[in-house]
Amino acid sequence: MAKNIEVIINGKKIKAVSGQTILEVAKENGIEIPELCNHPDLTVKANCRICAVGIEGMNGLQTACSTVVKDGMVINTESQEVKNARKVNLELIFSQHKEECADCVWRFNCQLLKLADKFDAKITRFKDRKTHYPTYKFGSSIIFDSSKCIDCRNCVEMCQKQQVNFLEVEKHGNFLDVIPTRDKKRDCIYCGQCLVHCPAGAFEGVGEFEEISAPLKDKSKTVVFQFAPSIRASIGEEFGMPAGSVVTGQLVSAIKKLGADYVFDVSVGADFTTVEEANELIERIQNKKNLPMFTSCCPAWVKYVEFNRPDLIPNLTSARSPQMMLGGIIKTYWAKKANIDPKNIVLISVMPCTAKKQEFLRPEMEIDGMKAIDYVFTTRELAYLLQKNKIDLVKMEPQEADNPLGDPSGAGVIYGTTGGVVESALRTTYKRITGQDLPKIEFKEVRGLAGVKKAKVKIKNITIKIGITNGMGNAVKLLDEIKKNPRAYDYIEVMACPGGCIGGGGQPMPTSPEIRKKRAEALYSIDKDKKMRMAHDNPVVCEFKKEVSEEEAHKILHTHYKKDKGNGYEVI
Amino acid sequence: MSQDIIAKLKKSGLKGRGGANFPVWQKWQAVLKAKSKVKYIVCNASEGEPLVSKDKYLLENNLADVINGIKIAKSLIGAKECYVYLNKNYFKNFAKKIEKAGKGLNIKIFKKPEGYISGEETTILNNIEGKLKEPRLKPPFPTEVGLFGCPTLINNVETFYYVSKISSDDYKNTRFYSIGGDANKKGVFELGSNLTIREILKETGNLPNFDFFVQSGGGAAGEILLSGELFRPVYGVGSIIIFDKEKTDVYLLMKKWADFFIAGNCDKCTPCREGVYRIKEVLKTEKIDKEILKDICLVLDRTSFCPLGRNVSRPFTTLIEKLL
Repeated sequence: MAKNIEVIINGKKIKAVSGQTILEVAKENGIEIPELCNHPDLTVKANCRICAVGIEGMNGLQTACSTVVKDGMVINTESQEVKNARKVNLELIFSQHKEECADCVWRFNCQLLKLADKFDAKITRFKDRKTHYPTYKFGSSIIFDSSKCIDCRNCVEMCQKQQVNFLEVEKHGNFLDVIPTRDKKRDCIYCGQCLVHCPAGAFEGVGEFEEISAPLKDKSKTVVFQFAPSIRASIGEEFGMPAGSVVTGQLVSAIKKLGADYVFDVSVGADFTTVEEANELIERIQNKKNLPMFTSCCPAWVKYVEFNRPDLIPNLTSARSPQMMLGGIIKTYWAKKANIDPKNIVLISVMPCTAKKQEFLRPEMEIDGMKAIDYVFTTRELAYLLQKNKIDLVKMEPQEADNPLGDPSGAGVIYGTTGGVVESALRTTYKRITGQDLPKIEFKEVRGLAGVKKAKVKIKNITIKIGITNGMGNAVKLLDEIKKNPRAYDYIEVMACPGGCIGGGGQPMPTSPEIRKKRAEALYSIDKDKKMRMAHDNPVVCEFKKEVSEEEAHKILHTHYKKDKGNGYEVI
Repeated sequence: MSQDIIAKLKKSGLKGRGGANFPVWQKWQAVLKAKSKVKYIVCNASEGEPLVSKDKYLLENNLADVINGIKIAKSLIGAKECYVYLNKNYFKNFAKKIEKAGKGLNIKIFKKPEGYISGEETTILNNIEGKLKEPRLKPPFPTEVGLFGCPTLINNVETFYYVSKISSDDYKNTRFYSIGGDANKKGVFELGSNLTIREILKETGNLPNFDFFVQSGGGAAGEILLSGELFRPVYGVGSIIIFDKEKTDVYLLMKKWADFFIAGNCDKCTPCREGVYRIKEVLKTEKIDKEILKDICLVLDRTSFCPLGRNVSRPFTTLIEKLL
């Protein structure tokens, strides 16, 4: 049982609760202790040793992340010995880390540099040990430059937590190095959780710092941007705004200023996905076929199924993900209306996700041989591009995205967080089954950031058993449950990242449960304020259905899957 | 029986002979009191320090007592299984003998993997469980959460030997000393545990008549003592290695230590992984940068994750201080 106790930190009496670590107590009381390998999503490993503090009566220094407070403990976080130890350990950390600060995912927010500055560490005191270490590329999504790795092992732990186990450690000469596995039975799902949990910027998205302005400069092309549901609640962080700031209008203006001719909202694509998926769900439940039905919006999840559990491929909905649906609609339906040859459209999709960089390249996503999307940028990449062009998102005058693909339902916006897809689909399923509008629109039981959520929803005489998971590791647990009881669920939503897309591998850094909570709340607040809250009420969805033949619509809105033999990695 | 042996251990003042010097009775008491249906015993025969062979000596000459010590522990705490965690090089000679001697005790022999770190007690647990070869966070201590999450008693071979002796009231406050290097009479000797190093050397006929220094407490992590500093007992592992001052290349000696540590550490924590490597690099230079060495020894001593890292600096600092 937790007890109230008292400790002394730097001479000051401080109240604490038994069971807390020194680091937790210090944080609560505004006492700064540096940390690198410690992360709220991970277990305490105490590998980096940067949080070392002195404790009276104990030999040596102790790590604040791993040491639990005791009543009367006398702690010193700023003695000369502590400072010296941190300084030298930082110098040793920098001796592993090849600095390439100009194009690093942490560039303005580098914890390593901040600490070096604070503790007066000479970052070049030792010659870099890892200059000859290789750079690996995982599919078309992720780059791992192991010459920047500081061996904190956050990535390995995160990859294990995701039950992907693609990253591991292996002895090379005298050192245990982080590497992608050579085991052909394990493959990267491109979720990018390694990336957002790496304090040293050793991971980045493919193309993250390359010349990404090129497609914007071709004046003969119509440049179209589409942005994902979750981005509006996260990109503000890259411009110093607090987590959870909603910047939809500013984002549209900023992209326009960048030179885009049109800006569309992938949440509209989500409305299309909802309607297709709801129809498919009803059909499958009525025919009792291929249940439970799995969502397919998350390409990391799709990759996991195709590689690890191909037996479950029939369970994936054939409905395309929102980015792929909207991309296809833009290059067919909209292009025709706007009288533009789709060959002359450059379509750039801004996603919270590194796996989306793989999804848009799938041959199954082509429409009559045409790629639906030409480039996928992450949230971070777009922010980088805006900053490079000196466009300050904060100062932009908000404007609306272009019609008719710029005004989504509230349901389309909540796609960016765990539970959002199911809630949207339920709103539409209700209408489809009963012919009536929902008396109560919100399904609170499917909300929240718990790793696994379960609900039973009764619509007329049909009970739909729902499972919702976020974080690939939780999804694997659910799959185990299905193995034992195949009828446990009718409909399962999986988002491979913690919290769903709001915690995606392409999102601003750092990430934490607290930040993700704020981003999710922001999406729900947008939904709440919307008049149009149901996907099937979106006029463009209705018009599309009227104007496009069923056969044509199927080509644009649906896809198929196949067993994945694995891509492993390349050394580049 | 139970309180009887614990009381005897307490009275004897026996401390762990693996090097950490922890009172044996306290460990036993903790495992005894831990609430769990399943408990384990591990006899640590990893003997990872170079030039130390006292555990081997005991397995060769006093196996029955070692096994008896394990047996006493087993019946006291009601352990499910006992592991003898055996140095790879001892496997061929002793595995079968141990199995035979321990018949009925459900003893499993586990071949120790490569590396100095493999002798560290929580790393032993990880190794037996097939996990990554690295130490665990403490607390929880192995006495509470040890092998496969169960309370586990881990003691050195010599400790179990003396438990047997204490149990039959034959303990005379002795310990085993491994004497090597440029010694006249290399070998393992059982002598009083309070004797000074000088007395030990004298009594075993090993006090050199040449200019010398010794490394005491382990062939890698032990400290360097000059011939005038021997009026004190051996700390750590019971070993004394004699070096002929004239014939010894101290730089080569330090390089050997550095090679040993860099090959044998686990690379988990920053100071040990990077610090040991930098010591090795510093030793390659003509003039040793004492400033760097001092800084690295500071973080090794003060901030390493496990005892291996915390003990790395001792031989280097004492050698440099006394001999350079």
